[in-house]
Amino acid sequence: MRKIIQSHATEFALLAVILLISLFLSLATERFFTLGNAFDLLNTSSVNIIFAVGLLVVLIAGGIDISFAVAASVVQYVAALLLESIGGGGWISGLVIAAVLGVSLGAINALLIHRFKIISIVATIATFNIYFGLLMFFTRGVSIYNLPDWLTSRVILFEHEMADGSWVEITLPVLVMVVCVIATWVLITRTTTGRQLYAFGDNPEGARRFGINVGAMQFIAFGWLGLMAGIAGLIQAHYAQEVVPNALYGRELDVLAAVVLGGARLGGGKGTVLGCVLGVLMISITQNGLNLMGVSPFAFKMIIGAIILVAITLSNTSIERLLPFMREGARR
Amino acid sequence: MTEPSGAHAGPRPLLSLRNINMTFGGVKALKNVSFDVLPGEVHCLAGENGSGKSTLIKIITGVYRPEPGAVIDYDGQTYAQMSPVTAQNGGIQVIWQDLALFPEMTVAENIAFQTLLGRWPRFVNYGHMREIAIRALKKLGVTLDVDLPLKDFPIAQRQIVAIARALVGEAKIVFMDEPTASLTQSETDHLLEIVRTLSTSGVAVVFVSHRLAEVLEISSRLTVLRDGALVGVYPTEGLTQSRITELMTGRTFDQHVRAKTRDANPVVLEVKNLTRPGQFEDVSFTVRKGETLGITGLLGAGRTEIALSLFGMSKPQSGEIFLDGKPVRFSSNREAIEAGVAYLSEDRLSLGLIQPQSIADNLVIASLDGIRSGGLLSDERKQRLVAQWIADLGVKIGKQTDAISTLSGGNQQRIAIAKWLATDPKLLILDAPTVGVDVGARAGIFEIVAKLAESGLAIILISDEVPEVYFNADRVLHMAGGRISGAFDPRQCTLKDIEAAVYA
Ligand SMILES: Nc1ncnc2c1ncn2[C@@H]1O[C@H](COP(=O)(O)OP(=O)(O)OP(=O)(O)O)[C@@H](O)[C@H]1O
Ligand SMILES: [Mg+2]
Repeated sequence: MRKIIQSHATEFALLAVILLISLFLSLATERFFTLGNAFDLLNTSSVNIIFAVGLLVVLIAGGIDISFAVAASVVQYVAALLLESIGGGGWISGLVIAAVLGVSLGAINALLIHRFKIISIVATIATFNIYFGLLMFFTRGVSIYNLPDWLTSRVILFEHEMADGSWVEITLPVLVMVVCVIATWVLITRTTTGRQLYAFGDNPEGARRFGINVGAMQFIAFGWLGLMAGIAGLIQAHYAQEVVPNALYGRELDVLAAVVLGGARLGGGKGTVLGCVLGVLMISITQNGLNLMGVSPFAFKMIIGAIILVAITLSNTSIERLLPFMREGARR
Repeated sequence: MTEPSGAHAGPRPLLSLRNINMTFGGVKALKNVSFDVLPGEVHCLAGENGSGKSTLIKIITGVYRPEPGAVIDYDGQTYAQMSPVTAQNGGIQVIWQDLALFPEMTVAENIAFQTLLGRWPRFVNYGHMREIAIRALKKLGVTLDVDLPLKDFPIAQRQIVAIARALVGEAKIVFMDEPTASLTQSETDHLLEIVRTLSTSGVAVVFVSHRLAEVLEISSRLTVLRDGALVGVYPTEGLTQSRITELMTGRTFDQHVRAKTRDANPVVLEVKNLTRPGQFEDVSFTVRKGETLGITGLLGAGRTEIALSLFGMSKPQSGEIFLDGKPVRFSSNREAIEAGVAYLSEDRLSLGLIQPQSIADNLVIASLDGIRSGGLLSDERKQRLVAQWIADLGVKIGKQTDAISTLSGGNQQRIAIAKWLATDPKLLILDAPTVGVDVGARAGIFEIVAKLAESGLAIILISDEVPEVYFNADRVLHMAGGRISGAFDPRQCTLKDIEAAVYA
């Protein structure tokens, strides 16, 4: 048990913080502590969680990606046009198109990083600008509202009216999110490829000496994020019932903060799916709670910034990291 | 084209290299080297720091590509260059000098890492990996918690993990690049025993070590490199340490006891009844200006722990420390550095140096005040300081601005030493300063230590190699179980006396 707590210190710390915040919000507002609200939270967080587990894989492999959210917008837009041209399509063709587009955009990042030896932050800032520029240029900022019916109608997998009159609903985005989370978890903890990704992020030179294919690692990591971004893009269009070219602009930083909050390390080799999900949930819970309390949206950006700082300091064992001498001293 | 090498008519070599050339940005690291390993032999690769030993190993294992013209014959096949995958599949295992482990992964995953390789994804079998790891550690006579991440372990244990990892596969040949550098005597004995077992079961071992006693004890043949060129191949039988040294460096070194009386000098450091339960108990000693105090003893005797307390990195529970007669209580190493204490730690490869940064920046990092001019760092002063230390310590480098990671292991070590010397301390604590440093450089380092002492520095020299303290210290303390259990004057005792006490 002690071992489990030790090796998952970040997750436990996050869980504790989430419980504290929830406790505070339950006391401060009436609406927060209801099942209805909990499921609302899950529904609204789904897209971010899908992004987050994708980004996690890239961070584990020692990279970073700024472009995935606008890439998802590109996927939305192109997918909407393609679907229209094939006469509507359905969930299957929609998901396949989104997945293929997403993986291709991810592969472009991997290509820049691996073949042209551009560091990932620079490469993806560049593609971020290129994707967004192209999107705004070709769409002239015009949104698409007439999406196929299957895409805009809500798919409710389970619903139940509570005694207090609120509704408990599980919708399609939640199901897709759960599938993405489980798939990512299997990839990074249960497959040899996933462990190679960790090793590569942890010590690239060590991985190279074992003959691990460094190029393949980049393509798998960025391809996976592309896949998740494509799926998230489609789901977000479904959730919003429209495609707005700049709807996801800026989302990359929220997701990045949440993933790092969940214990992933910029620099590679570290991070878990659970931590990443908790990281997203913590931010959504705070946002939701502050919303319910009627706090101004500007104030809550500030509060969330502060919470991220505090949580990262507390959870990421970064206290030790700040004082490397202490760490070495304590270890002897 | 073939050249004659160490003439042998015996069995066909398992591995045979010809015409190996390698250049790093203008530096010729290997010049037309050939190298043969027979099946089941223990073959030592000797040479000074930077002579190309690790580079040769990296070529054999496919990490580096040799220049065209190279011929690698291994196990009946001929290659122009290797790849890491071919090397592993062909039964080549390596213990890397820099370990090349994965700190965030568990010990089990590190040891059984080879089960994770392969192009196509498979499911991971953690139970199987644990078993492999536990079995490999057992071979080494060690128990570690294999479920903990490697980063929770100190350098000595990591070295063990790296060794265990190389024993997992079905090896035909195992390369060991300074595997004993951070091991204790008993762990070293265990490893040498394993080398013998491997050899009798037909596995060849290529062993690199700067501890020449080990080299003589374990190997049957010796290949010597100097400045990237082959000096020759010799049967170990009949060789002596001083002969090997001569082959490696082209010079001879004679050792003599340097001890002198410094009783007239003022006391710089006085330690009274210092205690930190579980680490050391009731330790008292003094070090005078110009004096070198040697502290020896087995690992875990409390030597390093005392050094850490003197350097402000761990608080003693009771007892007193006086520096220049004034009581001091450091609560951080920053305070200790300001008070004139410098500490060169054991694990300096990972701790003391910032690998991607330049040689010059690493060297001056602890002494930035010295190169400040009017609040700004002076580039010119930095260059002068760095050039002086590099010359003094005989470090082989390309340019000052090259990253520290391009230096050979031993040369990195010298930079780490120079870094502390550049802080101009009163009291210098050297903890195992010659781990991984070749004989020539060792002599160079002790030459410098002696010079520093003459110039008035007080020096504490910690080493588990008894000859080092015997020849280079004015007085020698022996520690065992956290206590000082004996004091020796090298002028009035023999090396054997101290060794008998230490290994009793
Ligand atoms: N990646 C690299 N880039 C540039 N130069 C390098 C690189 N690797 C090695 N060298 C240089 O090649 C030479 C041989 O280095 P190598 O590491 O093989 O020495 P070594 O014999 O293993 O020494 P040591 O005993 O110190 O480990 C050195 O001059 C070193 O600076
Ligand atoms: Mg080396």
